[in-house]
Amino acid sequence: MAAYIVRRLLWTVLLLLVITAVTFLIFYVLPSGDPAKLRAGRSPTPETIAAIRNQLGLDKPLYQQYGEYVWNIVRHFDFGNSYTNNEPVRSLVFSRLPNTIYLVLGAAFIWFLSGVVIGTVSAVARGSLWDRILMGGALVAISAPVYFLGLVCLYLFSDDIGKFKLLPGSGAYQQAGNPLSKAHALIMPWLVLAAAFAAIYARLLRSNLLETLSEDYIRTARAKGLSERRVVLRHGLRSAITPIVTVLGLDIGILMGGAILTETVFNIDGVGRLSFDAIQRGDLATIQGTTVVLAAGVAIMSLVVDILYAFLDPRVRY
Amino acid sequence: MSEPLLVVKDLAVHFETEDGLVQAVDGISYTVERGKTLGIVGESGSGKSVSSMTVMGLTRAGNARISGSITFDGKELLTASNSDMRSIRGGDVAMIFQDPLSSLHPFYKIGDQLIEAHRSHNDVSKAKARDRAVEMLTLVGLPDPRRRIDSYPHEFSGGMRQRVMIAMALINNPKLLIADEPTTALDVTVQAQILELIQKLQAELDTAVVMITHDLGVVAEVTEEIAVMYAGRIVEYGSSDTIFAAPEHPYTWGLLKSIPRLDTPRDEPLVPIYGRPPSLINKPSGCSFHPRCPYVREAHKKVDPGLEPTGGADATHKVACLLPAETRRSLWAALRAGETPDQVLQEVDIPANTLSPSAEGQTGEEVTGQ
Repeated sequence: MAAYIVRRLLWTVLLLLVITAVTFLIFYVLPSGDPAKLRAGRSPTPETIAAIRNQLGLDKPLYQQYGEYVWNIVRHFDFGNSYTNNEPVRSLVFSRLPNTIYLVLGAAFIWFLSGVVIGTVSAVARGSLWDRILMGGALVAISAPVYFLGLVCLYLFSDDIGKFKLLPGSGAYQQAGNPLSKAHALIMPWLVLAAAFAAIYARLLRSNLLETLSEDYIRTARAKGLSERRVVLRHGLRSAITPIVTVLGLDIGILMGGAILTETVFNIDGVGRLSFDAIQRGDLATIQGTTVVLAAGVAIMSLVVDILYAFLDPRVRY
Repeated sequence: MSEPLLVVKDLAVHFETEDGLVQAVDGISYTVERGKTLGIVGESGSGKSVSSMTVMGLTRAGNARISGSITFDGKELLTASNSDMRSIRGGDVAMIFQDPLSSLHPFYKIGDQLIEAHRSHNDVSKAKARDRAVEMLTLVGLPDPRRRIDSYPHEFSGGMRQRVMIAMALINNPKLLIADEPTTALDVTVQAQILELIQKLQAELDTAVVMITHDLGVVAEVTEEIAVMYAGRIVEYGSSDTIFAAPEHPYTWGLLKSIPRLDTPRDEPLVPIYGRPPSLINKPSGCSFHPRCPYVREAHKKVDPGLEPTGGADATHKVACLLPAETRRSLWAALRAGETPDQVLQEVDIPANTLSPSAEGQTGEEVTGQ
């Protein structure tokens, strides 16, 4: 197991190298605007631009820029400074990461729980009215984009501009002080972010559970005289939920790189907002930083999932 | 003996599907005495599994229509409540299945699965149930049970898993064990071990057994009586000796002639039963075996035979065949001598219009085992 984890971590490092290199290339290949010009202000002289280029290291060859970038990370864990405000990218990212984590983990808890409950009810009552209502609802939730759902929710329920002033709306998170009031401010973003995921998980779990319930060992469980509840929950759900855990890990990993739409709609200062702003401003250093966070999130979460799997499924050994 | 343990009477199990009504079991009757073994033999789709799943109460799905009666130990099971059925399942009636590889839950230790089976019917502590599990695993011949009880199913071979299944089925001292193709998925040598084990435990624990199989060779060793099923009905019923020595149904002949035997000459070809099992939605008219029967006459396509005593030496022997008894006996005599159905047809004259008394019988006649 230990050897497996070490091997996976080495692969993760290689993966991060490749991803940063690709981000680097994409940034220069795509016409995103010259960072030096963007930085130089209105009608700059060519000399100013050249000076900025020199200061940011943009006049060096690409491979050298990339090499220095990686070297600085390895030596000082330094991701460079933002092109826009010269702040270290490391502190930019790390100051926002807790907000994203808070948002994502809360939402993940909601969507996992509700997805599993809805999926189980739907599978057990397959073909019934309940099944149809729940699965129809799930389809609607999947189809509604976050920015649409978020704005509609704000319009309806936000306590400043809403028709029914129920929940703190956009920007409330920034003003909230203690974790409890932050949680209160996050209720709406959590629900909005969780909606589509919950729907996907519910559908996934429903089909997994239906498949599991036709397995031979479920017939054995019934033949043992167990109650239907025990058959479904202890024998069926136990198997059906395992693949969902994989998906959950990866989804959380991806969202570590920022729930861009949710963070933007609700004005939450997370990694997603940071990278959104950075992309708009051609701030390569910051884009790189958020990309690394996203890639590391996915890689680490998939490692966590694989380790978890060894405990969830006794047949898996590394 | 007192009343029989299990009396199945006119049992019919039909499933409503989008394609039509599937008549999986169509009026069968049989009896199992305490401590005895009944073999139910037939091809896939003959209704042998569905009938025993119904005994367990496992076919109570929304689309199943079940009629007739199943009396177990004096209790009517078809009208029993779901919770009554639950306490009977795994308690007094236990079942083992065809594929031991997929019949155990892959995520739980075998010990936990056995303990769960015991505790769901007995109010005992975990430690006590564990002792009982070890005891059962020892009984079924699992080596080193105290250690192996904490293994997962995938750490066992198929034969060992079937032993675990048997241990789990017998952990609550059932009065009846239904074994649904218990050896089909196993190697031949392991098959023999498992059959021997079932026989040994049956004698020790005085459990009645219903052995469901498509393989007459399997039931030959273990059963006292045999019911041969075809298209949802019992077409022949009798003691094992009778079924092997003096079978009277062309389908049984076909099954017997298609078993490879060591005592027949090597160059003698096996005789398969031609054709395929009939659709259970649109059953053939008349005798449902007629499309595949080499001895068919026009009249057989119109009359549905009932299960009637053969009048032979074995009083329990019954058959659902429209051929006159004399004809059946001469046919079997010729077949037994090693002739193929084609050769037999040359020699034996099959009357076109004389039918056996089965023709007057109604379908689903009761079979009274002794």
